[in-house]
Amino acid sequence: MIRIEPRENPSRAFALGIPVLSALIALALAAIPLLAAGANPIAAYGQMLKGVFGSVFAISEMLTRATPLIFTGLAAALAFRAKLWNIGAEGQLYLGAMAAVAVGSGLLDISGVLLVPLVIVMGAAAGAAGMVAPTYLKVRFGADEVVTTLLLNFIILIFLQMMLEGPLQDPMSLGWPQSAPILDQGVLPPLMDRMRVHSGLIIGLVLAAAAQFMLVRSVWGFKLRAVGENAPAARHAGINVNRSLFGVAAISGALAGLAGVSEVAGLKGYLTTDLSPGFGYTGIVVAMLAGLSPAGVVIAALFIASVFVGADSMSRAMGVSSFLADLVVSMSLLCVLIGGFLAKFRIERTGRRGAKA
Amino acid sequence: MMDLFNILVTESFWAASLRIASPLIFGVLGALICERAGVLNLGIEGIFVVGAMCGWMAVWLGAGLWGGVLVAALAGGLFGLLHAFLTVPLGLSQHVSGLGITLFATSVSYFTYRTALPNVSSPPRIEPFQPMDVPILSDLPFLGPVLFQQTALTWLALLMVALVWYVMDRTALGVALKAVGDNPDSVDAQGLSVYALRIWAIVAGSAMMALGGAFLTMSAFDAFFFGMVNGRGWVCIALVIFASWRPGKALLGALLFGAFDALQVRLQTEMGALVPGQVFLMAPYILSIVALVIAARSADYPRALLTPWFKGQR
Repeated sequence: MIRIEPRENPSRAFALGIPVLSALIALALAAIPLLAAGANPIAAYGQMLKGVFGSVFAISEMLTRATPLIFTGLAAALAFRAKLWNIGAEGQLYLGAMAAVAVGSGLLDISGVLLVPLVIVMGAAAGAAGMVAPTYLKVRFGADEVVTTLLLNFIILIFLQMMLEGPLQDPMSLGWPQSAPILDQGVLPPLMDRMRVHSGLIIGLVLAAAAQFMLVRSVWGFKLRAVGENAPAARHAGINVNRSLFGVAAISGALAGLAGVSEVAGLKGYLTTDLSPGFGYTGIVVAMLAGLSPAGVVIAALFIASVFVGADSMSRAMGVSSFLADLVVSMSLLCVLIGGFLAKFRIERTGRRGAKA
Repeated sequence: MMDLFNILVTESFWAASLRIASPLIFGVLGALICERAGVLNLGIEGIFVVGAMCGWMAVWLGAGLWGGVLVAALAGGLFGLLHAFLTVPLGLSQHVSGLGITLFATSVSYFTYRTALPNVSSPPRIEPFQPMDVPILSDLPFLGPVLFQQTALTWLALLMVALVWYVMDRTALGVALKAVGDNPDSVDAQGLSVYALRIWAIVAGSAMMALGGAFLTMSAFDAFFFGMVNGRGWVCIALVIFASWRPGKALLGALLFGAFDALQVRLQTEMGALVPGQVFLMAPYILSIVALVIAARSADYPRALLTPWFKGQR
């Protein structure tokens, strides 16, 4: 027989080592699909490393890919800390992007000093609204936010198509469903010449630092964690649970909205329906790998971005489907889940064999 | 208003409603079985993809249509087993594990499809299930076209409603299953294995979900596309709450959703000039949220849903 016993003092080394180990195991497991696809795994891993770290351009691409994941990872990490299941970051990302092009692509031709903050604030507000609404349905009617945020993702994507074929469509686009570009002075400036990495990354890093500080050091963060760990107890201790939930919902939605702003105003320039290849959902994996810690989100986002960029480059060179990256990302989520279990519990053999020994 | 009435009395409208409802019937029943045993299965969206891909591929490789159905169910059950392992003996977060299963199942399916068919521009087609032409019955006015010219998989879905209802309400297994989702301690006290009941319920429920996916590639369409599941799994998670975890109401919920979806397609063609088509496309998802909001207040969740249970810990 097997017994599961909680570990008395879960060590810090475990907490830090488990995510790293899980990520590495997921990468190692990728050898199976690589072999199945008829590729040499050693060569494939080499190609992936070269694709991520082989040149300044490769590193810039990786950082560009990590930028939206920092935002959506933070969005998931903070909400999940309060046990508010925001699975709607994908939709909130598009709400933020729509708001950004709505004000940033010609409605107001004002100086960049005003336009950039305006685009950012509008995008964050739109994203926040996208999470506050389902939180209201949860608090007021008891409608499960997992289901409502998931369904909202689909509603918002259809709404986006409607906007891009209607009010937000670029008159110069010859009928393509895309928005007009963000005005030059509204663009988030690039960080390096002739590279795609842009100042959205800096915003993401600053917000991660701020979130880490708020979560660990502030009263707000203390209440948030209390609500997540035991809502009835928190309520009993006089914490306004609903206010905490609405607060974290607004911040989580705003962060997801900023992912959209950063992609559209920092990278693409204009909005299409394929702005995000699932950054909202991948943010959940980033947050889990990070152990729901904002500082960890940055590291996890860099790792996941490396997997995507590396797999893309390997895929082009070796002809293996780039869905391999999604496979590695999903496997690292499952590995870190199991790893988290092993960090908290130990498995003991008991029963007949144990009794004789 | 006359237009609406004219749509509602046509046979083709009701036939389409049942056809659209069929994959959802499988999905809601699958979610219902898992949740009745106390485990939320958010892997449903990915398990739909697995069922759609595996069922299609098995037929494409020559397994025959029913062989494809079997392969889809087995593949779904396998991913269900993984979810069961993570959530039952390990007692991990059912939310995160389920989302992980969805991401994993989807990427496994897409990777397998892409690896097997690297360079196809148009997806290869199979000969799907054909509408059955039941002698005499299909010639009945109205009922004939609506009920008796559906494919065999729609009939399997209706049969599953009856089967799940029978097992849940009329057998000892059903009593044990419901008890394990309400009060696992009482099940344990009777000497039954909480773990075994929950694990098998998740495997069976997941196999059922995969049949919903198989319906898409083997009855509704004749090929596999990326993104073809398109939120149907999530709709089922909303519908199971609307159905208050009862098979009969699950059928009703799926049919209502199917009717609404069939209606929006027809309204879109009638009124497309006046309102953007996307308004109609959005409507079924909005309806699901509305249904959830209405049902949530009085929802009688299985009491041990989301709560892991460990032997020897009270």
